[in-house]
Amino acid sequence: MITMSVPRFWRKQVARYNLIGTHCTNCKTYYYPPRNMCPKCRRDGKLENFKFSGKGEILTYTVIHTAAEGFEKQTPYVLGIVKLEEGPSLTSQIVADPEDMKIGMKVRPVFRKLGESSEKGMIYYGTKFVPE
Amino acid sequence: MRDVAIIGVKTTRFGENWDVSLRDTITEAGVGALEDARVTGEEIDAIIVGNMSGGQFIEQEHIGALIADYAGLAKELHVPATRVEAACASGGLALRQGIHAVASGLEDIVVAAGVEKMTDISSTSASTALAAAADREWEGIMGATFPGLYAMIARLHMHKYGTTSEQLAQVAVKNHANGVHNPIAQYRNKISVEDVLRSIMVADPLHIFDCSPITDGASAVILAPADIAHKYTDTPIYVKATSQASDTIALHDRKDITTLAASVEAGKRAFKMAKLTPNDIDLVEVHDCFTIAEICAIEDLGFVKKGEGGKFTEEGNTAIGGKIPVNTSGGLKACGHPVGATGIKQAVEIVEQLRGDAGKRQVDGAEIGMTHNVGGSGATAVVHIFSRDR
Ligand SMILES: CC(C)(COP(=O)(O)OP(=O)(O)OC[C@H]1O[C@@H](n2cnc3c(N)ncnc32)[C@H](O)[C@@H]1OP(=O)(O)O)[C@@H](O)C(=O)NCCC(=O)NCCS
Ligand SMILES: [Zn+2]
Repeated sequence: MITMSVPRFWRKQVARYNLIGTHCTNCKTYYYPPRNMCPKCRRDGKLENFKFSGKGEILTYTVIHTAAEGFEKQTPYVLGIVKLEEGPSLTSQIVADPEDMKIGMKVRPVFRKLGESSEKGMIYYGTKFVPE
Repeated sequence: MRDVAIIGVKTTRFGENWDVSLRDTITEAGVGALEDARVTGEEIDAIIVGNMSGGQFIEQEHIGALIADYAGLAKELHVPATRVEAACASGGLALRQGIHAVASGLEDIVVAAGVEKMTDISSTSASTALAAAADREWEGIMGATFPGLYAMIARLHMHKYGTTSEQLAQVAVKNHANGVHNPIAQYRNKISVEDVLRSIMVADPLHIFDCSPITDGASAVILAPADIAHKYTDTPIYVKATSQASDTIALHDRKDITTLAASVEAGKRAFKMAKLTPNDIDLVEVHDCFTIAEICAIEDLGFVKKGEGGKFTEEGNTAIGGKIPVNTSGGLKACGHPVGATGIKQAVEIVEQLRGDAGKRQVDGAEIGMTHNVGGSGATAVVHIFSRDR
């Protein structure tokens, strides 16, 4: 696994499980992953938590054949950049047949196992996406 | 601010060098550059070294001190040694910091070096280590690899601009053809477009021959104030510009996935500082960690309009003898990519070209050259411009 300690993963677990990011009430920009400072307003920003609908579209994607450590059993897998309807983009796996993938296609979120670390015996869950 | 010159250079053999350690390879580069400049140890004011991840690749940190020690510059002379890191742009950054030190007047003779020892661990572990240059918490954890991130850039470039797999492959074909004539290159064999397209798929649409390899190697340059450069060499090469720019760490946060805005900005800053335009550049070493990266680089630096890099390459404009020779060293693709060393190696290639010492790779009449070094998927870009004339 691209290893991550339990506390490091857990710290942002809510954001990972429920697609919770931040919204700046000053400039009205949405952020996912969540940020502690608005990059546009910097110290003038006012951030609050925001739950994204998860609806989005594929900006670009790839089919990974040579996997990162911990993902070997999943190859080939589709990795994509999803643009959420509220504005921000994120990187996630797309649970779909590589043949069906298209730039611009609509996707929705699903709660899935991301991977597991054999040494640490830890299973990581989070949000992946599926075609609408 | 003082003008700065490069007075000595050396790059070691790049490749899978099981017989040499990190400390051996960087010592070879450093000593070679000092000999080239005819500088003695007593004259050295400082060492700056680029190294991405001694910690992950050989479980060794404190690389600066290690190098000073093994170069014989620590125990008696106590020369200060500083390591800098910006992932694959660590070498370019070391050069830039060295230039700052000399230009400021604080130091006179500075060794700017770069080194990476990547093959002591499995290539899977090396890929994982490299993935740390991206956002571990929001890209890596989802299964992103470096080839994967650049594959997503490639996919969108193809979609938006009609760039083809053949055009991407042509970058690798051209860089392998240049690597044939570079004695230090990791790969010195010619390949064809068909070879690239038939090679195994790493991250669709990038094949293994679209990727730079895992490499060991080191490179070093000696910097001096321009005013005293002629004391050491008949052919000092002058630094006309040094620039650097940042962008978001994660690819998904960029304004346009197919543009490395840090490259655009660093390029503009460098041209402004040197009072030059892309038309003035005789050759350029760009950061082709993947074939698509070279296409984006020549677009982002302004050598060709956005979207036309593939066609421009296919027409032969970037080959030696073309409009703007790109990666005469063989680039990261064929020369190899020991991540911390690459930015320095690029400068060494330009120096050899501007001195007229590049043998069969020589670009006729080369007067002004440029280097472009990228960290991660584009979060850092470092650009330099060099000239024969002060
Ligand atoms: C592409 C990559 C995954 C291949 O690794 P791999 O599948 O483990 O390949 P191996 O090391 O098993 O090599 C298999 C063969 O292919 C060759 N090879 C490996 N990478 C190659 C490359 N990039 N180009 C040409 N040949 C290559 C090897 O020399 C070897 O040949 P041999 O069997 O004749 O000895 C790896 O090189 C890689 O990750 N490259 C990208 C590096 C990177 O991300 N750098 C940072 C960029 S910012
Ligand atoms: Zn704001």
